Amino acid sequence: MALLQINNLSKEYVMGDNVLRALDAVNLSIERSDYVAITGTSGSGKSTMLNILGCLDRPSEGHYILNQKDVSQLNPDELADIRNREIGFIFQSFNLLPRATALENVMQPLIYQGVSRGDRKRRAEEALKHVGLGSRMDHLPNQLSGGQRQRVAIARALVTNPSILLADEPTGNLDSRTTIEIMKLFDDLHAQKQTIIVVTHEAEIANHCHRIVRLEDGHVAEDRRNQPMVH
Amino acid sequence: MLLFDMTESLRSALHSIRAHGFRSFLTTLGIIIGVAAVVATVSIIQGLQYTINQQFEGLGTNSIVVQARNTYENYLTGKIARISPEDFDMLSSRVEGIATISPIIGGGGSQLRYGSQTAAVEITGSTYSYQDVAQTYMKYGRFLSDTDDTTRRRVVVIGETVRENLNLPEDPVGEYVRVGDEWMKVIGLAEEKGQILGQNQDNFAIIPYSTMRSIAGNQSRQSMAIQLTLSDLNQLEAVQDRVTSLLRLAHEIPSDEDDDFQVQTSEQLTDTFNTILSSVTVVMGGVVGISLLVGGIGIMNIMLVSVTERTREIGICKAIGAKRHQILMQFLFESLLLCLLGGLVGLTLGYGIGLAASAAIPNFPQAVVPMWAVLLSFGFSAMVGLVFGIMPAAKAANLDPIEALRYE
Repeated sequence: MALLQINNLSKEYVMGDNVLRALDAVNLSIERSDYVAITGTSGSGKSTMLNILGCLDRPSEGHYILNQKDVSQLNPDELADIRNREIGFIFQSFNLLPRATALENVMQPLIYQGVSRGDRKRRAEEALKHVGLGSRMDHLPNQLSGGQRQRVAIARALVTNPSILLADEPTGNLDSRTTIEIMKLFDDLHAQKQTIIVVTHEAEIANHCHRIVRLEDGHVAEDRRNQPMVH
Repeated sequence: MLLFDMTESLRSALHSIRAHGFRSFLTTLGIIIGVAAVVATVSIIQGLQYTINQQFEGLGTNSIVVQARNTYENYLTGKIARISPEDFDMLSSRVEGIATISPIIGGGGSQLRYGSQTAAVEITGSTYSYQDVAQTYMKYGRFLSDTDDTTRRRVVVIGETVRENLNLPEDPVGEYVRVGDEWMKVIGLAEEKGQILGQNQDNFAIIPYSTMRSIAGNQSRQSMAIQLTLSDLNQLEAVQDRVTSLLRLAHEIPSDEDDDFQVQTSEQLTDTFNTILSSVTVVMGGVVGISLLVGGIGIMNIMLVSVTERTREIGICKAIGAKRHQILMQFLFESLLLCLLGGLVGLTLGYGIGLAASAAIPNFPQAVVPMWAVLLSFGFSAMVGLVFGIMPAAKAANLDPIEALRYE
């Protein structure tokens, strides 16, 4: 059984009199430990796909089965719980809490799981060390470089041991050298059997992945295995 | 789990309040001022009330005071009501159930002289039972006795200030002083009482009632008061009624007119004061209610701004798994905490103002903050925090995570 399965899934947005069909009867299935890129030009349905895969939004039609559970029609609080336990988000603009230290940012998702403060701290420290930021735990986001911030975000995503690491243009705000570092970190996580989905429009980034799904006008236009470049 | 969420909400609320220290202070200023105003007023009034109650305590609960009652109109028309010596004689002979009855002719100032020294003194004419009424205890000598009154002795009891002003010896008993045109023998010096509400309590002289009358002559229409103590407290109402009907008859008051005198128990006397003070408190309460309302609106305003400002943060928290109630609680706790802190600061400030004000006015009683005022302040603050915090908190909790994440 696949880790996640999307059956005949559509998403419509009503804008005035027009109905915009961002996703149109998409079928997609992703196996555990896979490393998948979802690509496409802007307006292809990439962001909509990300929102639905990340349980931030609900489909208009069809089903999304994650970890053998149909999550297509859950209420907002149930979705919040799924996001908390199953999904680790990584955003283009990092999205760290500005007034919280690196450590506190990583501890944050565990609060919503009801993990005690001591355990939270221990697990967050572990996650930060894992991404190579063991010495920067007490820094605020604005005291960190872009690459370091993204590492904090990755630590935050990993700290809950999610089923999927879901990255949205993770290197969009980074320079080329840092981009290579971050993608190297992704590759390492993949080597440790972490399921990773990267939504990107950059071919370079997509090329790190083992499977590339290209969307076009709300349809899957291409779905192929990829032999990643060796750096 | 709820307790866990609450602890975490509290932690993050504290964090946020600390992060915006100055803004938090400005936000709560309305609450601070409101609470400070009420606590300052209440503390001053309570101090006053406490002192007044203490003063009246000496009167005992089984005593009744009969006094003339004059309206403002009376003073304008010159028809001033009085309690006369005849009233006193009538009441002493015709009311049953009285243990003691003492007339008090008071208020008149007079010159006292000793050697070359003179002093202006307030003279009261009364009998031995006045000692309990006036709470006057002797340092030297004795108080007036019954026979002083019946035999119209020319004797006087004086206060410490009078002794000082007249340069009388430390123990003035046996010395003669001139009261008006009469020489009188000092038979007692009262213990020093100090000042109450800025008034010297030791500048007095007390002479027997009948002596006072004979000096003043029968033409004198000095007003007086009559103080009764009862032999049986259960007779209180009966005695009050009897006194009232006798006086109405004696003063020839038609049945459709009000009494021109008042018959009050000492409790009623304190009650009168307390009623005045209570109504001041109630009015103050209203003022404070309004200022808390204004303060609450201020809090709501800032909380709404704060929610908008932190839309993206809320989006992040929701994306990583915050449920609605967790966001709601975080913001609600923030406004609750703001208000409670405001209440605490206001309480301290108000008590400080009360203390400073009572210290600034000479001989004003010390400010007292009763427990109910403390609880009320905090209760109100908390209520304001909850009532005005719920709307911004609900707004935050209901944000759509996708929209919130996109917010710049």
